[in-house]
Amino acid sequence: MLPNKTLLATAVLGAMLATAANAETLRWTRSADSLTMDPHSQNEGPTHSVNHQIFDTLIYQDMDVEYQPGLATEWHVKEDEPTVWVFKIREGVTFHEGQSLTAEDVVFSINRARHEHSDMRGLLTSISEVRAVDDYTVEIETSEPNPLLPNNFTNLFIMSREWAEEHGVEEPQNYAAGEETYAVRNANGTGPFRVESREPDVRTVFVRNDDYWGIDHYPMEITRLVFTPIESASTRVAALLSGEVDFLQETPVQDIERLANAEGIKNEQGAENRTIFLGMDMGSAELRTADTDDNPFADRRVREAINLAVDANTIQRAVMRGNSQPAGMIAPPFVNGYSEEMDEVLEADADRAKQLMEEAGYGDGFRVTLNCPNDRYVNDEQICQAVVSMLARIGITVDLVAQTRSVHFAELAREEYDFYLLGWGVPTMDSEYIFNYLYHTKEGDRGSWNFTGYSDERVDELTVAMGQEIDEDTRNEMIAEAWDIVHDEILYIPIHHQMLTWSMRDDIDFQVQSENTPHFKYLQFNQ
Amino acid sequence: MLAFLIQRVLQAIFVMFVVALISFSLFHYVGDPVLNMLGQEATEADRAALRAQLGLDQPVVVQFWNFVVNAAQFEFGISYRSARPVTDLILERLPATLELATISAIFAVVMGILLGIYTALRRRSWLAHFIMTASLIGVSLPTFLIGVLLIYVFAVELGVLPAFGRGETVDLGWWDTGLLTTSGLRSLILPAITLGLFQLTLIMRLVRAEMLEVLSTDYIKFARARGLSKRVVNLRHALKNTMIPVITIIGLQLGTIIAFAIITETVFQWPGVGALFITAVRFVDVPVMAAYLMMIALVFVVINLVVDLLYYAVDPRLRAQGGGK
Repeated sequence: MLPNKTLLATAVLGAMLATAANAETLRWTRSADSLTMDPHSQNEGPTHSVNHQIFDTLIYQDMDVEYQPGLATEWHVKEDEPTVWVFKIREGVTFHEGQSLTAEDVVFSINRARHEHSDMRGLLTSISEVRAVDDYTVEIETSEPNPLLPNNFTNLFIMSREWAEEHGVEEPQNYAAGEETYAVRNANGTGPFRVESREPDVRTVFVRNDDYWGIDHYPMEITRLVFTPIESASTRVAALLSGEVDFLQETPVQDIERLANAEGIKNEQGAENRTIFLGMDMGSAELRTADTDDNPFADRRVREAINLAVDANTIQRAVMRGNSQPAGMIAPPFVNGYSEEMDEVLEADADRAKQLMEEAGYGDGFRVTLNCPNDRYVNDEQICQAVVSMLARIGITVDLVAQTRSVHFAELAREEYDFYLLGWGVPTMDSEYIFNYLYHTKEGDRGSWNFTGYSDERVDELTVAMGQEIDEDTRNEMIAEAWDIVHDEILYIPIHHQMLTWSMRDDIDFQVQSENTPHFKYLQFNQ
Repeated sequence: MLAFLIQRVLQAIFVMFVVALISFSLFHYVGDPVLNMLGQEATEADRAALRAQLGLDQPVVVQFWNFVVNAAQFEFGISYRSARPVTDLILERLPATLELATISAIFAVVMGILLGIYTALRRRSWLAHFIMTASLIGVSLPTFLIGVLLIYVFAVELGVLPAFGRGETVDLGWWDTGLLTTSGLRSLILPAITLGLFQLTLIMRLVRAEMLEVLSTDYIKFARARGLSKRVVNLRHALKNTMIPVITIIGLQLGTIIAFAIITETVFQWPGVGALFITAVRFVDVPVMAAYLMMIALVFVVINLVVDLLYYAVDPRLRAQGGGK
């Protein structure tokens, strides 16, 4: 008996050592927690970041923001039917609680996300019908041809239909109902991690899903992931410095240098999918806050003068401490339709700007209010302060009103602003999104973020057409033409593309993802 | 007695009503919750639909009336941010705040009284001078700065105490406590000091001033003349009489500690109701904000009511007045 026991003990010990060598915990922090585990009720960054660990999407953007097959293995527009997209669903995938994934779950999830209580539905309005053709094929029909449909699926998480029915969560959370649904705090996905425990706003613990379909395909080195949101920026940094967390997702600009010099810690930087710019109301006959009885912004020369006066390079150096990429157009670099030539930063020229002001009849300048958020973008209020002093040089007296985001965006939406700061990210990675929301005439569902009063028939036409054109070359020509028109109009004053900094223990190998969505299945430890 | 009680309770209800009114009217200036709840792709029609769903499109008077009726039944609706019942959220977070407040109150009272006695009795010693000077820092530095400094010294530089959170907690079913684990206790130290420091200096200075005054009174001189030991004179005769105003202040400060916990909780990521409130403000989570403000108002009203009743019990003059009518 004795030798057997020893053998067993050795085997157990060996197994323990083996797991100990592989067991890697990563403690992750960022400023905000996920709002809900219900994958379709909120369209919000931190919520998607958490859900990407638990759930899979049909298609996702990897760490280089390239589109990769997730639960869909291939997708294409159906031959002879330009309004139908066909998705082949991955076989042999199971949910954390054991259900097998079929096309029915995909159909169910897309329809759930289209429900009126879903916050994801804005991305799916072109869909008219979703159907399962067989167990592993889904067809999605759109009202018009939609070449960008797959791009809208990168945050569309797939749930189990059986699970949803079992727990009565076939619909996303309804706020008016005044009660919590099972899906708010419970999740059953197919993703690389399963949830072990969760206390909202305090701690969420994930463990590796050893049955993950991609376990051999991705590094999957983390066995246990502990997420603790820390709202205060200085505490977040202190927690990394003191070794209480390993990975900090949103490094405050003022601490980047300090962390770079700290022992055992490194920063990773990359461009974020967000451009910061100024908008002007050029459409109104008279400005609300200006001391003129006409609208100076309606004159292209005034807009050009402002563009020449706002020095993006100085803002990058003095306000952002080098942590931004000065911009010449309002599309981030990886977006389809981006052109380096257009993104070239204008050389600031106050003399030429003054001359333009003179020509436009505003040689004595004018007074106007600039509205800014003070807690939405990196150093937003300081950027606006810099703009105020830059415009003072060409005679424009700017009164700055910086407010918290919830007030800023509410007033912006009510069209109360003459001159404002805005940041824009492009989740579909295509210019169509920018034209649809920022340049199209504000009417119906389009142009909902166009507060400039700009309206151009050709741009509207091109915007609608680029949303439906299947042929890639024709489409790209349309996009280029639209950019040429709006670039020449100077509707927005581009400032910079925001940069994203992640800080981590220096034995971690993990690059910044431009959507600010870490996929921890890719994270590696340097032994 | 009964008339007095009824009068005070009616006053308390009136105060609560006024707080509700003020906080409710404030909500119209904090922004639009619907914008936070819907993503940037939402259309104006979507926003209008959600507004209608939440009843935000109704006249303010109607909204306020609904709020008061529900609040009277401790029904605060569902959080716009986390889609969970507000009452659950607050009850879940309350133990963390109450533990922090209690520990820092004990810290402030014990240390405050001890240091106050010391600085009064040995007021010429260098240590007393040092304590008095240092206490100025406690009064003048803002709480968040003290918190940040403590984190940098004890968590980052020395690495002896945690920088954030509550450590491991033990769930007793109805109460989630951090007092039973080592990590929970260690996590409590820095926030408790941060929160209690201002109260500590206040109590210390009060005890010192009162003590100095009492020590110069005739009965103390007489006690000394009787040849009583220094200890008995200082601690039995002097301290006891010092305590009356100190106890009053401590009672009133307890509410302040709970309310001030907002800042400390934010700095230390302490999962209490204060941090919940700050997050709610950022998101314009009106139901949570309203419930929190009502809760704080209730704490103050109850404390004041108790203090009033204690005065009534202690001070015979109040009773005589009441009886005379």
